[in-house]
Amino acid sequence: MKHSFNHRRTWAWPYLLFLVLFVVLPLIMIGIYAFTDSQGHFTIHNFVQFFTKSEAINTFIYSIAIALITTLICIVLGYPAAYIMAMKSFRTPQVMAILFILPMWINFLLRTIATVELFHMLNLPLGEGALLFGMVYDFLPFMIYPIYNTLQKMDKSLLEAARDLGAGRVQVFTKVILPLSIPGVYSGIIMVFMPTVSTFAISELLTHNKITLFGSLIQRSFGEGGITMWNYGAALSLIMLIIIGATSFFGQKEENADNMIK
Amino acid sequence: MKSDYIIEVNHVFKQFEDGQYALRDVNLKVKKGEFVTILGPSGCGKTTLLRCIAGFQVASEGDILLNGEDMTSLPANKRPVNTVFQKYALFPHLNVFDNVAFGLKLRGVERTEMDKRVRKALKMVSMSDYEYRDVDSLSGGQQQRVAIARAIINEPEVLLLDEPLSALDRKMRADMQLELREMHKKLGITFIYVTHDQEEALTLSDRVVIMREGKIQQIGTPTDVYNEPQNCFVANFIGESNILDAIMKHDELVHFCDRDFDCVDKGFGEDTEVDIVVRPEDWYIGVIDTQNDSKTPWQLTGEVQTCIFKGVHYEMTVLTENGYELVVQDYKQFLPGVKVGLLVKPEDIQVMKKERLCNTFEGTVLADNQVEMLEEKWDIAERTADRFETGEQVRVEVDFNHINLQDDEEDGTLSGEVRFILYKGDHYHLTVRTDDGDDIYVDTNDIWDVGDRVGIKIAPSWIRLYKTNTDNQPA
Repeated sequence: MKHSFNHRRTWAWPYLLFLVLFVVLPLIMIGIYAFTDSQGHFTIHNFVQFFTKSEAINTFIYSIAIALITTLICIVLGYPAAYIMAMKSFRTPQVMAILFILPMWINFLLRTIATVELFHMLNLPLGEGALLFGMVYDFLPFMIYPIYNTLQKMDKSLLEAARDLGAGRVQVFTKVILPLSIPGVYSGIIMVFMPTVSTFAISELLTHNKITLFGSLIQRSFGEGGITMWNYGAALSLIMLIIIGATSFFGQKEENADNMIK
Repeated sequence: MKSDYIIEVNHVFKQFEDGQYALRDVNLKVKKGEFVTILGPSGCGKTTLLRCIAGFQVASEGDILLNGEDMTSLPANKRPVNTVFQKYALFPHLNVFDNVAFGLKLRGVERTEMDKRVRKALKMVSMSDYEYRDVDSLSGGQQQRVAIARAIINEPEVLLLDEPLSALDRKMRADMQLELREMHKKLGITFIYVTHDQEEALTLSDRVVIMREGKIQQIGTPTDVYNEPQNCFVANFIGESNILDAIMKHDELVHFCDRDFDCVDKGFGEDTEVDIVVRPEDWYIGVIDTQNDSKTPWQLTGEVQTCIFKGVHYEMTVLTENGYELVVQDYKQFLPGVKVGLLVKPEDIQVMKKERLCNTFEGTVLADNQVEMLEEKWDIAERTADRFETGEQVRVEVDFNHINLQDDEEDGTLSGEVRFILYKGDHYHLTVRTDDGDDIYVDTNDIWDVGDRVGIKIAPSWIRLYKTNTDNQPA
């Protein structure tokens, strides 16, 4: 008994308990609710309802589109920022990095509310533009950081080797830096795309509830719809989980493929 | 304009942003097809010199010519030289084939030609069956071979190798040395090789360039630098050696260990202070036969102190009767306590000019019998007012053995760090660098280690002042 108590594995038990209670169990409950009606009988009606209701399908597609656009803007803005920080010999790269990463440490609700105030102050209308701005503002650091990390850890002698073999500045970037930073870009995509798909607070605040995202749809099913809507909400959650799961799986697969093919 | 030399480095200085000089007036000429090794301890500037030739760093002053044409400001990708990096620097996202083909792809060489050349290069480094392997799956030695194939495929005029074997184990290193030598013959291109391993430098090169603190100390064939080192640093760095203070009495007669020895060197003048080197294997050692002592005319006699087996030979330290400790190597074993005699042939004594005979500093005379030098005030015994005016610039001399080193750096007038130690048979000759970057040379019997922090004291009576416009004439 003493032996097993001292074993290192013992220390993982508290977390295991937490995991079972707050992750595994809720997942099982989502699964059960998604495939039952309010009386508790098995049904696939919840899913049929989603796929036949054009409003729900449209919201879903719109959310995915917004998430994709946000991710794309984040890559376009974040990559050069990460590149400059990692490559250029700034006197104090840490200070630069902290400036970029700092927003990550502030609660995103606070930042979103501040964004709303900023739009009011500048007399700009809230809506789709504000939503995209807010999402990019909130999630940009999550794109910059992983890219910065891979670029910064890159062996700089690789760049010298490429130059030594005849590559100009542009070729050093396209043939060495870019392919080697792809894993960082993938992590960035996962870290930005996944939370943006399920976001609801940002869209509610920045569009005055005019634009409904998939996250909001789920939130309303549980929040406003009362207990009768829980089964439908659970089905929507399950669909979202599948999308998120697929994204991360796709990301991992691409990363492996990247190492194999090239 | 064609030149006899493929690479010419002329008066190159390299100063880093922090003001430190990595290269000071480096001059080097490399002939086409030569295998030149740049050898020196870490921080001597050898890698910086290589990087200046490769184009990764730009010389602060001076120029670098290739085939007689200036390429000082040519970027690395336009230079017809290729580099083998210390840690291989293989592209992790490409397989062996694509790593090797990298340079050809950039030049747009067509596919079949590329295939042919990549295969040829891989065959050259005995890596033929590894084309489609992931570079991370290769051993260190295999990665190094791929790195070499990648560098030679562009058919560079000069191949630069930056400590390419330092990450390999001893056995592998020896094998690769032979292969590099072979490869150099087959390819017929110029190799410039950087290493800190003197054995490697002697084995591989046609010529060796020895560097220290950004300056070239000696350039010569391996036998030259081994048999005829030009200064104590080279003698000490290349191989094992006995370095001793000596006096050149006249041509072909040198005095050390309280004895006169015949030698073959000339032109040092009469009664000149010099350093001499005798390699441990150049001593002839024998047991003194107490019954029949007059048989061999031993030049030196002493007692064996230690004896260690070194594989092929034994290495003994012998303490001579007149107090000098000498390192001797022989195939035969001489156990500690045995009385032995030593002989050395005249041609095995290498005489070197002394770089300096005492410490010389610039100073300023202050009032109250003080002098300012090395950015400190020092008391002196002499009444300065007799010969100098206050504020006058003077030359200050202090003998090596009159500098007093203190364990506690607080106890010294100045503090510094031991940078270099030379054992001279009966004392140590140290180079101590002060915190302001000046070098002070010290003879001492105390044992110090490189890197020790020391306090530096000089007794007032040992500080000699001279008028700056006169020579060695004390007033």
